[in-house]
Amino acid sequence: MKIIRYLIQKEFLQILRNKTMLPLIFVLPVVQLVVLVFAANLEMKNIKLAILDEDASISSLKLVSKFNASPFFSVSQSTYSIELAEDQLKNNEADVVLHIPSGFEKEIRRDKQTKIQILINAINGTTAGICNSYITSVLKEYNDYLNIQLVNPELSRNKGLDIVSRFWFNPDLNYKIYMLPGILVILVTLIGMFLGGLNLVREVEIGTIEQINVTPIKKYQFIIGKLLPFWMIALFELGFGLLIGKIIFSIPILGNLLYVLAYGAIYLMVVLGIGLFLSTLAKTQQQLMFLVYFFMLIFILMGGIFTPAENMPQWAQNVNYLNPIAYFVKTIRMILLKGSGLQDLIFEFVALSVYAVLILSLASWNYKKTN
Amino acid sequence: MKDAERIIKVRKLYKKFGSFTANKDLNFDVYKGEIFGFLGANGAGKTTAMKILCGLSKPTSGEVKIANYDIYTQTNEIKKNIGYMSQKFSLYEDLTIKENIRLFGGIYGLSKSEIEKRGKELIKHLELEGAKDKLIKDIPLGWKQKLAFSIAVLHEPDIVFLDEPTGGVDPITRRQFWKLIYEAAGKGVTIFVTTHYMDEAEYCNRLSIMVDGEIVALDDPLSLIKQYKSSNMDEVFLKLVRKI
Repeated sequence: MKIIRYLIQKEFLQILRNKTMLPLIFVLPVVQLVVLVFAANLEMKNIKLAILDEDASISSLKLVSKFNASPFFSVSQSTYSIELAEDQLKNNEADVVLHIPSGFEKEIRRDKQTKIQILINAINGTTAGICNSYITSVLKEYNDYLNIQLVNPELSRNKGLDIVSRFWFNPDLNYKIYMLPGILVILVTLIGMFLGGLNLVREVEIGTIEQINVTPIKKYQFIIGKLLPFWMIALFELGFGLLIGKIIFSIPILGNLLYVLAYGAIYLMVVLGIGLFLSTLAKTQQQLMFLVYFFMLIFILMGGIFTPAENMPQWAQNVNYLNPIAYFVKTIRMILLKGSGLQDLIFEFVALSVYAVLILSLASWNYKKTN
Repeated sequence: MKDAERIIKVRKLYKKFGSFTANKDLNFDVYKGEIFGFLGANGAGKTTAMKILCGLSKPTSGEVKIANYDIYTQTNEIKKNIGYMSQKFSLYEDLTIKENIRLFGGIYGLSKSEIEKRGKELIKHLELEGAKDKLIKDIPLGWKQKLAFSIAVLHEPDIVFLDEPTGGVDPITRRQFWKLIYEAAGKGVTIFVTTHYMDEAEYCNRLSIMVDGEIVALDDPLSLIKQYKSSNMDEVFLKLVRKI
């Protein structure tokens, strides 16, 4: 125990003395958190809408005015032929083309039904989907209006299924409070996975590790000595990030904040363990960077931070059993946004704990004092 | 010397890296309190052999005993009883002199008061009082090496291994360094030193000369000079190396 204390003291002296790393460790993540939460946002505003109104009737004008009134659309310009409209789509002047064919009003009055065409730029499938749902909701509004005003005023009293959606846990669909925990997880993961491992490999590169390896120090003591300082820093950063989230983004903290920190503590053991384990495989900092980066990318993209992990194919969801980010992102969001407690997250707790024990044992086992 | 207590025993030691044999059939003994020199050109296999003796590297085959502990099974016991100073300077550059002393004292399990006491003596002995709070990277190389040696013997080991300890320092500092070595040997510490400075070789009690992974000569400096009909170690060394 005493030996570990000397090692931790040494690491902190070195970290605090490194004038380049210090701001990188403490200031950059804060800047990233603030900037990225604003940037990583799937809300769409000012969708460029081109209108091709071949009917030019009162009904079609009414439909156009519905889009005009929506904050999500900016009606860019009207076009007069389908070719021109398609050109606008191709030249990126429009994201969506609304094509109202001639006879629109006539068909409504005569047949009580009609068709319009919508063309959406779907290079990005996700935004196209979101666009589509915005359009559908505007059209639904228009449909209600038609039912009431034009077709059958009686229907307004008896229009069958009336869908009223309420969004639980995030009633305003505020994207920021959903993204902040995710971005925060990425940032503390970066700190954890890179710092501990890089520090170890750096000692290999400059040769000081030899001086440590000829001492009677135990492998686990050395690994804990490398683990704890960066674990403390990353945990501090997690807490600090939550504070920023509360102050700047007013994220809700419905659950127990101590649970977040407790899960964070175990999670960071796992992450640092992975970094340290990878560092026992690498001979240079460069090699380690590539190794860590490889796993980081997979963990982040599969972990459910940006896209729901439940929508992935089954094999990918199985891979996620090995993805610490998947556990922690789910946990932190559920505790903060939903107020979940320990009993809801018992599986994640057990999984992360087992993971931590395994990966840290693996790291100290694979760290070779003798080669 | 033969009556003295044997502290290092090496028999039929081989170390291979793939098809390359770095150490070929090494056999020698080192006795308590002696200064044992390990000579050889660059790449002769000195450092490899020393790393095996320190437990940093596993031999391919052969018997090695350090202070009666077996190199294969009792590495941790061995590590408690040895000190090591490597070719690459191995103190922490971004820690001060005092912090380095405290760290290594702590790792070897010295008590706080002992670290304090021995640290003070060490700093006084090396006349570093004015520099004790300076970072290692800010002090001259000669000081660093004297300091590294003193820290390597801080926990009072039976044997200290020095891997080309005086590379790159001026003759005066080298002399001072050897004074430190003699002081340690006087206290009963066995010194195992590799070097390629021939004048330093003459400071050793006994010498082994390595060529291409093999020990080609082993005796005290004067006998070697006589045996090879030379006037100094330089000539002995050149004769041995050129013959191969």
